[in-house]
Amino acid sequence: MKKIIPIGPYHPLQDEPEFFKLYVEGENVVDIDIEIGYNHRGVEKLSETKHYDQVTFLVERICGICSTSHPFAYVNAMENLLGLEVPLRAKCIRTIVGELERIHSHLLWLGLAGHFIGYNTVWMWSWKYRENVCDILELISGNRQHYSMFKIGGVRKDIPQDLIPEVEKLCTNLVAVIDMFKGAVMDDPVIQARLKGVGVLTKEDAINYCVVGPTARASGVDIDVRRDDPYAAYGMIKFNVIVLQNGDVFDKAVVRILEMYESIKIIQQCLDILKTEKGEIEIKIHFIPKGEGLGRHEAPRGEVFHFIKSDGSNRPVRHKIRAPSYMNVASNKVAAVGQTVSDAAITLAAVDPCYCCTERAVILDRNDNIIYRYNDLIKLSQQKTEGLIKKLVKQK
Amino acid sequence: MEIIKKSLLKSLWVMHAPMSPCNNCDIEILDALTPRYDLERFGIQLVGSIRHADVLLVSGVPNYKNYKKLKYLLDQAAKPCFVVGVGTCSCGRGMFKDSYNSPCNVDDLVKVDAYIPGCPPRPEAIIAGVVKLINALK
Amino acid sequence: MSIIEQVKQSLSDKIISIEENNNLFKKRFYIEVKKEDVVELTKIMFKDLKFRFITATATELEKYFEIVYHYSYDKTGEVVSLRVKLEDKSNPSIDSITPIFIAAEWIEREMWELIGINFVGHPNLKHLLLADDWPEKNYPLRNK
Repeated sequence: MKKIIPIGPYHPLQDEPEFFKLYVEGENVVDIDIEIGYNHRGVEKLSETKHYDQVTFLVERICGICSTSHPFAYVNAMENLLGLEVPLRAKCIRTIVGELERIHSHLLWLGLAGHFIGYNTVWMWSWKYRENVCDILELISGNRQHYSMFKIGGVRKDIPQDLIPEVEKLCTNLVAVIDMFKGAVMDDPVIQARLKGVGVLTKEDAINYCVVGPTARASGVDIDVRRDDPYAAYGMIKFNVIVLQNGDVFDKAVVRILEMYESIKIIQQCLDILKTEKGEIEIKIHFIPKGEGLGRHEAPRGEVFHFIKSDGSNRPVRHKIRAPSYMNVASNKVAAVGQTVSDAAITLAAVDPCYCCTERAVILDRNDNIIYRYNDLIKLSQQKTEGLIKKLVKQK
Repeated sequence: MEIIKKSLLKSLWVMHAPMSPCNNCDIEILDALTPRYDLERFGIQLVGSIRHADVLLVSGVPNYKNYKKLKYLLDQAAKPCFVVGVGTCSCGRGMFKDSYNSPCNVDDLVKVDAYIPGCPPRPEAIIAGVVKLINALK
Repeated sequence: MSIIEQVKQSLSDKIISIEENNNLFKKRFYIEVKKEDVVELTKIMFKDLKFRFITATATELEKYFEIVYHYSYDKTGEVVSLRVKLEDKSNPSIDSITPIFIAAEWIEREMWELIGINFVGHPNLKHLLLADDWPEKNYPLRNK
């Protein structure tokens, strides 16, 4: 007998309204139905009504957590269309902002993941230290979120030379924070017992669902746009791509934690370039020609993809946007099926936050008559506990 | 009535309803509850169900898929329940006003008691907004 | 042999034209193919040549509908896009590629509801982003 447990669309732990229908048999999830669209605002169409400079601000507001990723991919697409090479200083500033965003996003995910498995200490910690990253971003751009740093042909704001030592110091301080999380998550036996082997996405499924980002890298798919198709300053910087093989939730957490170290390495190398490189931060654009442009950026959640079609006017004819979660959320279908309901929550959260609330469950028979109400269930569980106690006493 | 008011003002419990937001206001709401800003020192806590909530925080622009659900959500709340619009989108739809999937403002659907503008409002602004709401209720 | 040579060799006579974007990123290729060949070529791209499917873009242009399927080759960073033209503007339809790999399911549903292209053979063609009671024949991404 299949029962349905709805998750969402509105739940306080969810960042966004999404709707998961879990079909369960007993404790096991046998099928899952994902319904999205509660967040659909028609950005692709709105983009056709705005001119190219305004679109940078529009795409920033697609997602608050990845508010650099979309402008990054968009300016890459526009520069591909224009055939434009931006100045080195602008490239480094872009890279720094992109990587700071990765750290803040991974800390945010880590906190929410801790919250989902009832480890609220990690939640409070990681959101506390996430503020330090927001401070650096505020120092650089003036905003905590929605940095508005990007512009076709360069960046809007320079990082002043006298600010660089301070940014460097603050970034170095972050290493100790990540060390702490590494200890709190990777070496914790309880978390290992809770997350290892849960929500496994096999390599075959990962390829078949075309997942991207940490979700793919935790399943042994070695992809990273930063290394494979270098843009901005990534081509001249040394960093490692973290790839793990198991594909479970634990590996997804570990990939994200280790990636934060790489991000700090990248930021430090970029700051070193900025110290000596003095020059323009943008190239003025006067004319957008007819043509097509295609841009990618490795966002914290995976590859963001923008495709622009221009007819030579001041607005795009078509602006296609594909966010990484579009591919990753669909893969929940295989990762969550076969798990128990309690594991489904963290499995669904492993690619994008979502939570399962079972507190309003009633059990229905095939004619939708209620067999057990909440009080009956409590009575049942009490009887079961009593039975177990008796058994234990007998054994002794 | 006095006793309700007294108990209400000491511990406003909030539930958070994202109406197709960009996530940022939601993050700042959660941020206001975590250690640096710590709204819990004013007795404000995020709760799991609208039935426990005194305040409904709405963020984002309603779309065709969820705009009826906001009214439905508020109908289930124990009264009095106050509605606070967080962010420019819930105050006046912002840049999504002309979208094909945006039927109306939040205040066309329900009565909004307080607006906190900003894209996104800083946690300090959210705290100031809540304090203003508390003062207005006194 | 570079991957684009391999693509040229395996698609051979199915290619109508090939366009290379010689701009800053020298790894962008646009290949125009016939509508009838899409399923076969998708199989070659995904199964044999091990491309990763990124997404597909449907656009309404003046005389025809255009679908561009974007594929990424992650070992060397090429993006190869297959371009298809649907000449029949009153009733655009094309074979679905979802039976080959599941990743195309959502994007085909999205193109169906937002631009009104019918995908023949799609297992689950229903609304993805819009409300279920969205008026029929009202496609938001079409030019009015």
